[in-house]
Amino acid sequence: MILHTAGENALIAYFGEETSPEVSGRVQAAALAVEAALGDDLIDLVPSYASLLIIYDAMHTDHLSVSARVREAVNHGEHSTAASEGRLVVLPVYYAPESGADLEALASRAKLSVDEVVQLHTGTEYRVYAIGFAPGYAYLGEVDPRIAAPRLATPRTKVPRGAVAIADRQTAVYPAESPGGWNLIGRCPVRMFNPDADPIMPVSVGDRVRFEAVDRKRFLELGGELS
Amino acid sequence: MQAGILSLLQDSGRIGQHRIGLTTGGPLDPDAFAWCNRLLQNPAGATVIEASFGGLQVEAQVDTYICVTGALMPLRINKVPKDLWHVHRVKAGDIIALDFAEKGCRSYLGVAGGFQVTPSFGSTATVMREAIGGLNGDKLQAGDSISCSTIENRRQLYLTQNQQPRYRNIATVRVILGYQQAHFSRLQQRLFFSHTYTVSDRCDRMGYRLEGPAISCDIEGLLSEGICYGAIQVPADGQPIVLLNDRQTIGGYPKIGSALSIDAALLAQLKPGGTVRFTPISHYDAHNALHLAASFTRRLPISELQ
Repeated sequence: MILHTAGENALIAYFGEETSPEVSGRVQAAALAVEAALGDDLIDLVPSYASLLIIYDAMHTDHLSVSARVREAVNHGEHSTAASEGRLVVLPVYYAPESGADLEALASRAKLSVDEVVQLHTGTEYRVYAIGFAPGYAYLGEVDPRIAAPRLATPRTKVPRGAVAIADRQTAVYPAESPGGWNLIGRCPVRMFNPDADPIMPVSVGDRVRFEAVDRKRFLELGGELS
Repeated sequence: MQAGILSLLQDSGRIGQHRIGLTTGGPLDPDAFAWCNRLLQNPAGATVIEASFGGLQVEAQVDTYICVTGALMPLRINKVPKDLWHVHRVKAGDIIALDFAEKGCRSYLGVAGGFQVTPSFGSTATVMREAIGGLNGDKLQAGDSISCSTIENRRQLYLTQNQQPRYRNIATVRVILGYQQAHFSRLQQRLFFSHTYTVSDRCDRMGYRLEGPAISCDIEGLLSEGICYGAIQVPADGQPIVLLNDRQTIGGYPKIGSALSIDAALLAQLKPGGTVRFTPISHYDAHNALHLAASFTRRLPISELQ
């Protein structure tokens, strides 16, 4: 772990330089260890691909004390393997041109059939590397290189809630209607961000996600909307 | 009645929700916000209206007390000029008007007991980008009605003029070097700390984009990582952006360090065209400055209208 100053009440810990399940696991384990070590002195944590931002209460503790406690917790703490592997969450997806406007274009550029694209997208277990950009927006990686696709040259002004999309080797489910430049390949009926639900999000950083293809009928039964 | 240019309901901010991607929001000038509630004898984080640039006009629907702190934004109650940083009695039907800011640009209009707004994720702070907080996640519109209680008795506290902060067109922002600072050469750091920057038109609650000498670093981007309040991001064009209350929680641009919060709040009081200077400080000095500022606020004598 490399620990840097981030701000007057924040430190950032780095666990590697690449995106990998192993690095993500270390971030996850460190987040749990830091949370336990800092207790009430902790204001918030932002885990991401390879780093953990630690925001503390500078009115009650300081840089030196927090650095020492973070180092102790991360380097000598007990790493829970179960925690670093995350939970497995299965998300149903209706893959079709009517639910995924870029599905056919993505398939033809990849010189694959639509079915092959679906097989490759559902055949990979992803990891939630980061949550951000917008409330509930979870970055999942990594997409099979054969169906990796660059962002659209002109982003859409409106992408519907539940849209399942690919950009480079990342994939995501749009938590709310928003502008977006990712390639749309399907729709997921599960809400990724629901303020009235507990938990608010079905996934957290470090969890594993698998997509499961469902047909139109099942998608609608699960509460999916096509509009 | 008139919503003004940008009027938002704010409490002290949404804390502890970064992991689901929610930013903090909250007052751009926490000091002026805190004084508004303190003078009104409200709980510290009570909900107030943050008026940016002015032009706000509201009608009281109950008898209560109000206070306006922050930017020099002329206050009138029923067309009669009234002091800022001063608790005033208002009656149902009174018209409270905030003109356009003469110095600074963020003001806080509070009522005794605070505005009653249903919190979302533990806070009433409005973040328009997320459509969360306030009334339906949006800025105030003409015709909106915000609840507050009838209050018969409040001490009429105020700060004398020489105790009030003076907003100017220039801010000196102390910077704690950090994040990717090692990727900015000594020459680039010297450039950054020895020139003045100007607040661009692209300044909002997410961040203040500045214009001045371009700063370069030896990396273009990085894996997205957590962004703390005040972080100074340097995108490829070299023009620094100081990230504020409504910033995204993660991002992949290199950062040279972070502004001291007290100074970032003064920066947020600048309008486009304002001048900014940066000066480096150690994290020890930053810690000291925070505690001194808190102690100064605690010990500032408050006056009372007899």
